[in-house]
Amino acid sequence: MAILEVKNIRKKFDDIEVLKGIDFSLEKGQALSIIGSSGSGKTTLLRCLNFLETPDEGVIKVNDEILFDSSDPLTRSESQIRKKRLHFGLVFQSFNLFPQYTALENVMLAPKLAAKEKRNKKSDDIYEHGSKLLDIYHDAHELLKQVGLSDRMNNYPHQLSGGQQQRVAIARALILKPDILCFDEPTSALDPELTGEVLKVIRGLSEKNYTMIIVTHEMEFARDVANHVIFMDGGVICEQGNPRELFENPKEERTKQFLIRYKN
Amino acid sequence: MELILQQMPVVIGALNQGFIQTLKLFSITLLGAFPLGLIIAFGTLSKIKIISLTTQFIIWIIRGTPLMIQLLIVYYFPGLVLHNPIWGGGESGRFLAAAIAFIVNYACYFSEIYRGGIQSVPAGQQEAGLVLGLTKRQIFFHITLLQMIKRIVPPISNEIITLVKDTALARIIALQEIIWAGQAFMKGSHGISGAVWPLFFTAFYYLIFNGIVTVALAWFERKLDYFR
Repeated sequence: MAILEVKNIRKKFDDIEVLKGIDFSLEKGQALSIIGSSGSGKTTLLRCLNFLETPDEGVIKVNDEILFDSSDPLTRSESQIRKKRLHFGLVFQSFNLFPQYTALENVMLAPKLAAKEKRNKKSDDIYEHGSKLLDIYHDAHELLKQVGLSDRMNNYPHQLSGGQQQRVAIARALILKPDILCFDEPTSALDPELTGEVLKVIRGLSEKNYTMIIVTHEMEFARDVANHVIFMDGGVICEQGNPRELFENPKEERTKQFLIRYKN
Repeated sequence: MELILQQMPVVIGALNQGFIQTLKLFSITLLGAFPLGLIIAFGTLSKIKIISLTTQFIIWIIRGTPLMIQLLIVYYFPGLVLHNPIWGGGESGRFLAAAIAFIVNYACYFSEIYRGGIQSVPAGQQEAGLVLGLTKRQIFFHITLLQMIKRIVPPISNEIITLVKDTALARIIALQEIIWAGQAFMKGSHGISGAVWPLFFTAFYYLIFNGIVTVALAWFERKLDYFR
């Protein structure tokens, strides 16, 4: 069964239709790469999945639960969206770490606030609350170790390199255990010599069969890591399939053109 | 010179007393205007057109007219026009009227500085908060607020230093702040009359106090240097 089903997602900004009916599904434990030139709608699609944009039309289902249905206004309410978006995690192109918090505090912030909210509603007693905080601290340590930043936990974002910041951002997204982790061009803002360390972390996640959607311009990486590739062009899915197949034997003329432009 | 030295103890005592009133007005204005300014800033930023337009209109009125006139209106309007002198005749009534005029006036200036500060925090910060499942409230208090404060310290410092001196305007409704106390020695007060120097001398109080304020604000700015 597919963990994610996306049906007929459409999105307009003013008069420009950026997504013109996107359909795809994703199996649990798979990594999906989305490639395509700038302006093809890749980022908008990811932002729709994370409810940073509201699609004009379409359905989004995770584990067979309808998270969004454009014909059902209930799924558009803010409090509903807040819970449902946690099925997804998002790693931004520009990291967006919180500058006033250390790496460790960045990772711990969201689960800590969630725990505090429960404590305020009195659904947790003081002991439960305390043990939760300990767990969060432990998880955050573990995740930062996993992304190779054990020795930089107490550094502020401006004291870290771009690659290190992006790895903190990945740990920050992972601590909420999203069903699907989305990456929006995670290495585009990095110096070339720093992309490797970030890609290595993502590769490590795919080896652990983490379900992921990766929007990327790193073609080689997409081919190596992804189980499935989607090529988008002009707001539609132009071609999709097995990575080796799509990269070596593209069927659509537009895919061919795109790949040739990338090689040069 | 000898005369001045003779008058000095009496004058200093009176000026100190006036300066306490100045300090009280200064502190209460900051205490009130900091939070009120934030509420007004949220008003201007509101997506509801009526709220945003109303607050912008109020800001236009308050910033567009002299604080001195606002003081006069707040103090005299209820009694002279509405025949309902709510402030009473005493010093405490004058202080309350002055405090209200100052708080509203400074809150409007602060609100525009806050608004600029909030808008200068990159949209990515809020989006990062949203995808982590935070509420708008949590995002404001745990992410945006401190970044905003860091950005607004220099312009707010300017306003605070201006406020120290603006308190002198309250003299127009006879609030007994330090200028009032200094001027009193010209007409006669504490057995001294015809002395101009106490009025000039008040400048030192402002100067010294603003020195302290400047140092404190620089310290605060350095405190926030730990992040960028």
